[in-house]
Amino acid sequence: MDDKLFEIMQFGIYTASILLILIGLYAALTKKSLIKIIIGLSIVDAGIHLMLVAIGYVKMGTAPIFSPGFEDAAAKMVDPVPQALVLTAIVIGFAVTAVALSLVIRLYRHHHTLEIDEIKNLKW
Amino acid sequence: MKKFIVILMLAALGFYLGQTFYELGFGNARFEHGVKDSYLEKTVSDLHVANTVTSIVVNFRGFDTLGEVTVLFLAVTALGGILYKKRHQTGARSVLFSSSSIVRSGSKLLFPAIILLGVYVFVHGHLSPGGGFQGGTIVATGFLLMLLAYKDFSVSHNVLSFVESFAGIFFVLFGLAGFIGGGTFLENFMPVGTMNDLFSGGIIPIVYILVGFKVAAELTGLIYTVLHEKD
Repeated sequence: MDDKLFEIMQFGIYTASILLILIGLYAALTKKSLIKIIIGLSIVDAGIHLMLVAIGYVKMGTAPIFSPGFEDAAAKMVDPVPQALVLTAIVIGFAVTAVALSLVIRLYRHHHTLEIDEIKNLKW
Repeated sequence: MKKFIVILMLAALGFYLGQTFYELGFGNARFEHGVKDSYLEKTVSDLHVANTVTSIVVNFRGFDTLGEVTVLFLAVTALGGILYKKRHQTGARSVLFSSSSIVRSGSKLLFPAIILLGVYVFVHGHLSPGGGFQGGTIVATGFLLMLLAYKDFSVSHNVLSFVESFAGIFFVLFGLAGFIGGGTFLENFMPVGTMNDLFSGGIIPIVYILVGFKVAAELTGLIYTVLHEKD
């Protein structure tokens, strides 16, 4: 990978992850539909995962897998710890989304609407 | 007005995040003798496992993975509890898709291949990218395909809960077996074998296979519960 591409990546990945977090927060704060709020929270999740993996990147690094013939390549490998943490975070994010969507189904069954403005007892 | 305030707040947040990460830099090796080097070193010398991410998830942070599996189990249980129905209220599937005969025969053809790919991914979790969570999810997508294509395809809840509890109990038992040699919980007590062999890494492939079965059963049960949700 040449230096020019690395320069683009350097700003591109952090910018993309920050933008994903901001877009997700915007959706969660301004949208009225419960499904759209949950989609926004999932987008925040994706942005944070991208950010964590990007922090662990080492310049010109390879995947942290010791393939046959490359048993001594440890010095060039990217940080595996954020990747393992993101693996955990993806599963937790999935579980949270599933429970949130089931709560939405329950609310829809009770109120017959998904708009938070029309669900009166959620107002404060 | 409300949107304006939100955009202002997000702009401030974005500015500070951007500033922080600009100063942090991209692609620098941050820790000279950090936990990364010790993990990479011990993965080769002590565990003989090729995939470092797997060795961290299952061995060095195995207790964390047990907690993660518990969170997934709790989420599926909570989903079942939230969408709970009395028995006489449940019946036919509520979410129905009309599927053509091309989709039906195609999914019948693809189903064994998807299951095989999922099993391959979680059996080879210590050698190549992949592992229990990923492989279990692939197996569950196979069941999702069959549930979408066939109206009368059903999975037994008893079998699912049996597989799930079996895998969970054996995960904990393998953890407790680490005490036998005077070690700690979830310590690698089995011979590690030679590197890049299928039978290597001690308890790591066994635990990941159990995790794969558990995740596949939980996700299939979750899909089944949501598809049978009735208004």
